[in-house]
Amino acid sequence: MTLELFLDLHSQPCRAVYIFAKKENIPFEYKKVDLASGQQYREEFGQISIVRKVPVLKDGDFILTESIAILMYLAEKFGTSDHWYPSDLQKKARVNEYLSWQHKAVRESGSKIFWFRAMVPILTGAPVEQERMDSAVEDLSSSLTVFEEKFLQKRSFITGQDISLADLVALVELMQPVGTGFDVFEGRPVLSAWRDRVKREIGESLFDEAHQVLMNAHALPQVLKDNGMLDFLKPRLKKLFN
Amino acid sequence: MPLELYLDLFSQPCRSVYIFAKKNNIPFDFKKISLMEGDHYGEDFGKVNMMRKVPAMRDGEFCLAESVAMMIYMVEKFKTPDYWYPADLHKRARVNEYLSWQHMSIRMHGSKMFWVKVLIPKIMGREVPQEKRDAAIEDLDESLKWLEEKFLQDGPFIAGDHISLADLVAIVEVYQPVGAGVDVFEGRPKLSAWRDRVRQEIGPELFDEAHQGIMGAIEVVKTLDSSKMQAFRPRIQKMFF
Repeated sequence: MTLELFLDLHSQPCRAVYIFAKKENIPFEYKKVDLASGQQYREEFGQISIVRKVPVLKDGDFILTESIAILMYLAEKFGTSDHWYPSDLQKKARVNEYLSWQHKAVRESGSKIFWFRAMVPILTGAPVEQERMDSAVEDLSSSLTVFEEKFLQKRSFITGQDISLADLVALVELMQPVGTGFDVFEGRPVLSAWRDRVKREIGESLFDEAHQVLMNAHALPQVLKDNGMLDFLKPRLKKLFN
Repeated sequence: MPLELYLDLFSQPCRSVYIFAKKNNIPFDFKKISLMEGDHYGEDFGKVNMMRKVPAMRDGEFCLAESVAMMIYMVEKFKTPDYWYPADLHKRARVNEYLSWQHMSIRMHGSKMFWVKVLIPKIMGREVPQEKRDAAIEDLDESLKWLEEKFLQDGPFIAGDHISLADLVAIVEVYQPVGAGVDVFEGRPKLSAWRDRVRQEIGPELFDEAHQGIMGAIEVVKTLDSSKMQAFRPRIQKMFF
């Protein structure tokens, strides 16, 4: 029985898992979870994962959440190319270091900016307070500086010459605010050059395909108005970004 | 030359690294960093970790931050017993799943409690508004709920029959609010039983030694000169008041 991957490509960790599986030709059944329609709150999805988040992997009876755990599981099970999660002790440590740090850094502030720009106006009827937006932008900027000065430095990729899970996870997160028209790469030539390298390694076609719905994020407010789920989603989603 | 571990045992991830290294008899130089005294702003420490956070590790020329990365490094380099980070695909996935999830849940909410109950009142001279205090407790309760219902379930430990990095990382985080005076074990028999098992596996003496600092934190903070902590004020004001 084929692996199932429960994904919504609006979500950064879903994109990382999707791109990795496709890039490494891992056979899987794509199970779409439509977050904007509240599918994650329905009974059926609750049976798959009680935390009601994406991505989720289902391999026979084995169910796994958390994209990083999923990526490592896939790498191990399918014997993917070594550079993704190198067997070299120090290179592997660099990947782990980035994957651990990014949760509370790039991921958090990138998500906030996306949330504030794409979702808050439709959920609350008003734009987010400027102060909160400025704070998120400032946090992202600090994280990007750390990214450039510590994780990348003069290297082509985070571990050196080759792309790894760290670069993949980093880029999908950085794209999140870009989906709302917020250009994180502006004025950052080192970051932009790294982005171009990562895109090339992944394959432009696959990268663009994975990011298609995100780049259409401006359509979300209308989707929410049309599908009648706004009132249902409001209280649940508000909690996520206090 | 032994490993250097830069640690402040008031910090949860420092405790897990410390316990792991000691438990596995990994030789290391304990480099004490006192966050309250600003040691992390020192020039030398900046060379070990430019992010100026603890824990940090130096192995010869190789410097590493992030407790999870450090422990996995030690697992492989020192070939610690399998159960800490099992080779079995499914068991390891369970450990990785917890280690990933915990950053933005129990770690975040447990840390916040320490700030809300101990540090902020000291720095600001007044309590955080009731509403925000209630929200912080609510968030912590939710994380503890998931720890019990999703990660522990009926198992003795997170990955199954044996302790792993997941339990170690979990327990040190759970103790942070305890150090802030919030008894997370009250009314949670399952969590308490798990805590007892984890403490037993680690060794009560080592566990208690590692947690001595945080359990006495309230008293230590009382003695601090709050006028030296005013750098935190603007950020606290924005977030809580």
